[in-house]
Amino acid sequence: MFSLLRSMWLVFLHMFHKRETYQYPEERAPLPARWRGRIALTRDPDGGERCVGCYLCAAACPVDCISLQATEDEHGRRYPEFFRINFSRCIFCGSCEEACPTYAIQLLPDFEMAEYNRQNLVYEKENLLINSEGKYPGYNYYRVAGMAIDGKAKGEAEHEEPPVDIKSLLP
Amino acid sequence: MSTGHYWLVIGGVLFVILNTAAGLIWLERRMLALWQDRYGPNRAGPFGLFIVLADTIKLFFKEDWIPPFADKVVFVFAPAVVVASVLLSFTIIPFAPNVVVADFNVGVLFFLAMSSMGVYSIVLGGWASNNKYALLGAMRGASQMISYEVFMGLSLMGVVILSGSFNLSEIVAAQKNGWYILPQCVGFFIFLIAGIAETHRLPFDIPEAESELVAGFHSEYSGMKFGMIFIGEYMGITLISSMVVTLYFGGWLGPAFLPPVIWFVLKTFVFIMLFILLRASMPRPRYDQLMEYGWKILFPLSLVNLLITAAIKLLI
Amino acid sequence: MAIIHIDGKSYEVKEGKNLLETCLSLGLDLPYFCWHPALGSVGACRQCAVKSFKDEKDTKGKLIMSCMEPVKDQLRISVSDKEAAAFREQVIGWLMTNHPHDCAVCDEGGSCHLQDMTVMTGHSYRNYHFSKRTYKNQYLGPFLNHEMNRCIQCYRCVRFYKDFAGGKDLDVFAAHNHVYFGRYKEGTLESEFSGNLAEVCPTGVFTDKTLKQHYTRKWDMTYAPSICQGCGLGCNIIAGERYGSLRQISSRYNGAVNGYFLCDRGRYGYEFVNSERRIREVAIRGLMDHAIDPGAALQYLQDKLPPGRTIGIGSPRASLESNFVLQQLVGDDNFYLGMSDAEHDLATLALKILKNGPVRTPSMQEAATADAVLILGEDLLNTAPMMALSVRQAVRKQPLQDAMNTTHVPAWQDAAVREAMQDKHGPFYILHIQPTGLDEIATRTYHTAPDNITRIGFAVSQLLGAPVAAVKDLSEEEQQLAQAIADALLAAERPLIIAGYGCGCEGTMREAANISWALQQKGKAAMLVLTTPECNSLGLEMLGSHRLETAVTAVLDGDIDTVIILENDLYRRLDRHIADQFFQHCKEVVLLDHLYNATAEKATVLLPAGTFAESDGTLVNNEGRAQRFFQVFAGSGVVQESWRWLLQLGAATNNARLKNLVYLDDVTQALAQSSAIFAGIDQLTPPADFRIAGQKIPREPHRYSGRTAMLANVNVSEPKPPEDADTAMSFTMEGYRGEPPSSMIPFFWWPGWNSVQSINKYQTEVGSSLHDGDSGKRLIEPKANGQAPYFSYSPDNFVPLAGHLMLVPLYHIFGSEELSVHTPAVAERMPAPYILLNPEDAQRYQVVESHQLQLSVNGHPYTFTVKTDARLHKGMAGLPVGLPGIEVVGVPVLGKL
Repeated sequence: MFSLLRSMWLVFLHMFHKRETYQYPEERAPLPARWRGRIALTRDPDGGERCVGCYLCAAACPVDCISLQATEDEHGRRYPEFFRINFSRCIFCGSCEEACPTYAIQLLPDFEMAEYNRQNLVYEKENLLINSEGKYPGYNYYRVAGMAIDGKAKGEAEHEEPPVDIKSLLP
Repeated sequence: MSTGHYWLVIGGVLFVILNTAAGLIWLERRMLALWQDRYGPNRAGPFGLFIVLADTIKLFFKEDWIPPFADKVVFVFAPAVVVASVLLSFTIIPFAPNVVVADFNVGVLFFLAMSSMGVYSIVLGGWASNNKYALLGAMRGASQMISYEVFMGLSLMGVVILSGSFNLSEIVAAQKNGWYILPQCVGFFIFLIAGIAETHRLPFDIPEAESELVAGFHSEYSGMKFGMIFIGEYMGITLISSMVVTLYFGGWLGPAFLPPVIWFVLKTFVFIMLFILLRASMPRPRYDQLMEYGWKILFPLSLVNLLITAAIKLLI
Repeated sequence: MAIIHIDGKSYEVKEGKNLLETCLSLGLDLPYFCWHPALGSVGACRQCAVKSFKDEKDTKGKLIMSCMEPVKDQLRISVSDKEAAAFREQVIGWLMTNHPHDCAVCDEGGSCHLQDMTVMTGHSYRNYHFSKRTYKNQYLGPFLNHEMNRCIQCYRCVRFYKDFAGGKDLDVFAAHNHVYFGRYKEGTLESEFSGNLAEVCPTGVFTDKTLKQHYTRKWDMTYAPSICQGCGLGCNIIAGERYGSLRQISSRYNGAVNGYFLCDRGRYGYEFVNSERRIREVAIRGLMDHAIDPGAALQYLQDKLPPGRTIGIGSPRASLESNFVLQQLVGDDNFYLGMSDAEHDLATLALKILKNGPVRTPSMQEAATADAVLILGEDLLNTAPMMALSVRQAVRKQPLQDAMNTTHVPAWQDAAVREAMQDKHGPFYILHIQPTGLDEIATRTYHTAPDNITRIGFAVSQLLGAPVAAVKDLSEEEQQLAQAIADALLAAERPLIIAGYGCGCEGTMREAANISWALQQKGKAAMLVLTTPECNSLGLEMLGSHRLETAVTAVLDGDIDTVIILENDLYRRLDRHIADQFFQHCKEVVLLDHLYNATAEKATVLLPAGTFAESDGTLVNNEGRAQRFFQVFAGSGVVQESWRWLLQLGAATNNARLKNLVYLDDVTQALAQSSAIFAGIDQLTPPADFRIAGQKIPREPHRYSGRTAMLANVNVSEPKPPEDADTAMSFTMEGYRGEPPSSMIPFFWWPGWNSVQSINKYQTEVGSSLHDGDSGKRLIEPKANGQAPYFSYSPDNFVPLAGHLMLVPLYHIFGSEELSVHTPAVAERMPAPYILLNPEDAQRYQVVESHQLQLSVNGHPYTFTVKTDARLHKGMAGLPVGLPGIEVVGVPVLGKL
């Protein structure tokens, strides 16, 4: 009984505490760098799209709000033909970012995405793709993957030997 | 009393009560925020006061959805019961000398009768919703209200014994020389607790218990039907607060530098604040704890209080 | 039976199998790479190590490769032994040293055996920090993508391609850690079964190139069990859809039909479903300007179907249901089978032989157990490709048995038995008009005219004791050949005779029947395979009705107003000029079909019919096996099943025969009751109200992605997913997650087994039937002890007619089939139209290769580009029938110079 009264008293005393609220539009909360907000598709250091259309983000998405179609350019580089996120479904859990093997999809510290029209919450690739490497500068998936693309032939990636000459008799 | 005065009182009471209830929505949110180090509604109008208006408009314009599986007649009827019973209870409250709608000589009994009516709203609403959460909420509500009704009445009897009257105006008048809070402090606590339970406010909001029952008996309600239940709850708070003031804190009595009505309102507001503070600070007890607390502690206590009061009255 | 002890538990298992197979059959998870249920063991990858103990007291044990260990009684092994597990993890670690960081861009990802096995062994971090070996890739044609970096040297590809399927142009090159799997130089893989490499390869070296054009991961497709429509064999397939287009065909294991594999026409010939030429809207001639909704079209047709003056033309490429409903709609008397004359005769004969003869027609897997094979006038690789794969296995049977007897090695010891067999082949004779791809493994081949093939067949049957008159004027060579064949067949236990539509000649089929019946009488377990040209040729024939030419007569006589054509291009069935006339005499031509074709040009009402991927239905393959295919996805817009269109037409015209038929089950039940031969056809698959644990079978894997985004560009509010009222399958991922009945397995997946190798988990025993039996129902069983009504007609020797060429059909796996040519990849492999002449004929008619030759067929002139081949009989000309650009139909036919 006493504890009840004591907690009532303590709560009452909160009347005289400083308020924690950020008065949002006038006053902005500092967002940490790892804040899970707006989702963006980033680019390689050389400016190419990082997304290779592997579908892992879509598979990881618990609300299934990512859909894409992978395609390939004439030199073998994969990219998404379309990439759509339905932000009216997104729960900003960050699973897509964790699943992404190329650091392409990243959640950025920005949450100001509200719309009056729900349809505007459907983002296509042109709305998602940004001109930046995002949180992981320097990473370039195709420099470690074995596929040949324009400007990187077989054996030219990191930690790769030149292609085997299968006609060689040397050991 | 002239007819003009009579209608004026009715109009005035209705106007004040309904507006208070609506205002309480704002007040409660602001106060809760205050106690939780927040601001609460502060955007619509000065101090966010227009939130009341916005809320009302919203409630009026929301789709009035009756689930296809519900018992339609009862479903519609239930919310009206709660508002009607609470409003009727207000008829016997003396807000000031001669400002009372019906100066019954059995006012206290009328209040008890009316407040028991409120349970119908919960039971019928829960049952008509044809939803398991609603039904569970209704069952809880019914048992809770029936249990707490018992010693609410018993706790009041101490006051009745002391004043020798069931008429609330007379009870107020009888406190001229001392508020009943002093002789009846036990009765007051029991009545207050029972009152909170009657309005099923926290910590006694077992019938709603949103963490387990979605929204309890009014899970299926929306729009203005929900609004009536919602407003009914706030009017209930006001009712219990004004009853507490009338019965134990001398009603409109107070030093003459303020008119009696103001005294009454001030005192009532203190208790309304208490209700809100309770909500801000109390966890919800378990259902069995609630019943145990009522029957094993409060009920015997109220009997003892009644016995002692009666004995003392007899002896003096 | 033997008792073996695995990790202290005892199991009763079959003796003689290998331990890996046994462990997998028991449901244990044991990783493997080089072993494949159809290819046997070679012990190359060292991945399936387990520990074997001498007896109970032995606690040390020794590591063995389970795939190389035969099961013996009282064998004691441990799968979970720490040392064995560490060994397996180590092996994966080695295999991964050079494996590229490719999974994200690899088409195998998500259905990769290497991924599964890596996870299974627990190898999670790379310990090798040096550089990776790389390879250059090769262009391997339009079907397969090559990414050699990913190779783990399991040798499965060459073992399948060379050893199993008899391919020549894929091999392994170089040595030690430089081995390379590919062609000796870049170029198209020639085998008709190359597509299976995508499934056989445990990782992403060989991947499906057509899938890559619209790449979708395994978990993202909506699948349904389906039946291949490419030829008459009825291989079981899994068809996968995403975003409204068909994405992939993969093999659906059926222990009685196609086993693990598919031919390339079946695997790649699906893209007509996504073709731009698809009929997707209702169209009525004269009302071309505005879109017509289906209701309006039905209303328009309501009074255009006068009973008695309306005929229906069925189709051998439409389901039994559609044909049946059309037959009911127009009435039995007004229903015509949409087959050309020649096809009709052949189908009638095939059904007659199968129904009345005492010899069993085997399934493809049974055919593979034959020990002597005779092919009469059939280029199997092009007319029934998967049967050719069975024949390849059958031809191995005798030397395999010899090898097993001499070396005492079980058949699954693949490398060892192949070493012992060397190049030996069992008795295998091919008589055909031109060389075939199987000639290289044949004991003898003989290329001659269809009539002569018939005559040799006749002689063989006579030598085998069939009560028929001797053939006159048989050449010495032919007589010798007939004798050799008869001797070989008599020496065999399970001789297999194959004939069919391949040379358009009834004689070969008759003689095949005669020979098999005679062998049966000699006490052999003879088998008879008759190929059929289209996926439902035999089913349509079972339904039975009038010939197409009678329909033509009726129309030309002016007795008919309206013709309803079901999924049929009459220009492939009738001479162009006759067809033109036919359409001129029709007031209304209602066509239900998938693609705009020549018939669609003439139609007055076009109803968009769902392809196999958008329909449910039943097909009867050449074996008489009725098999159900399921709708993969709901057709876009107004596209719906043909039978549903026809039922709606029936309802619009108040047809009493179609009353109360609404759903698939209604139609199949009516069909089952319509004729004794179709009895039980309604129980091929569980009915629409079938539920497991109260749930439907989901068509989508549980990790199907993008549900809330894939249509969000159209409308952010998600539409209700389509519902399937016809079958017990749902179009969503919701439903029963366990193993469905074998006839409705939409995809193979098992926890920890994402690749197609999860099939092991669906089989009663590795490589045998699926858990509740292989799906499909044979509608025809041989008449046991039936008296064989031998055919006694023998044609005369083929004599070239002066100034004429006998046009005989040549078939091409890529090109001869009507629908598959609409796949760009298949079209790329399609030959240009040509006419094949004997060089002597060419010389006589003064043409050389690639010259144009003018021929008049049925009085109409045609021009062809000439090719020559000396092995073609003089006086004949081979014509690639069905090939786009070849307008002559009704081959064999005489062409006049």
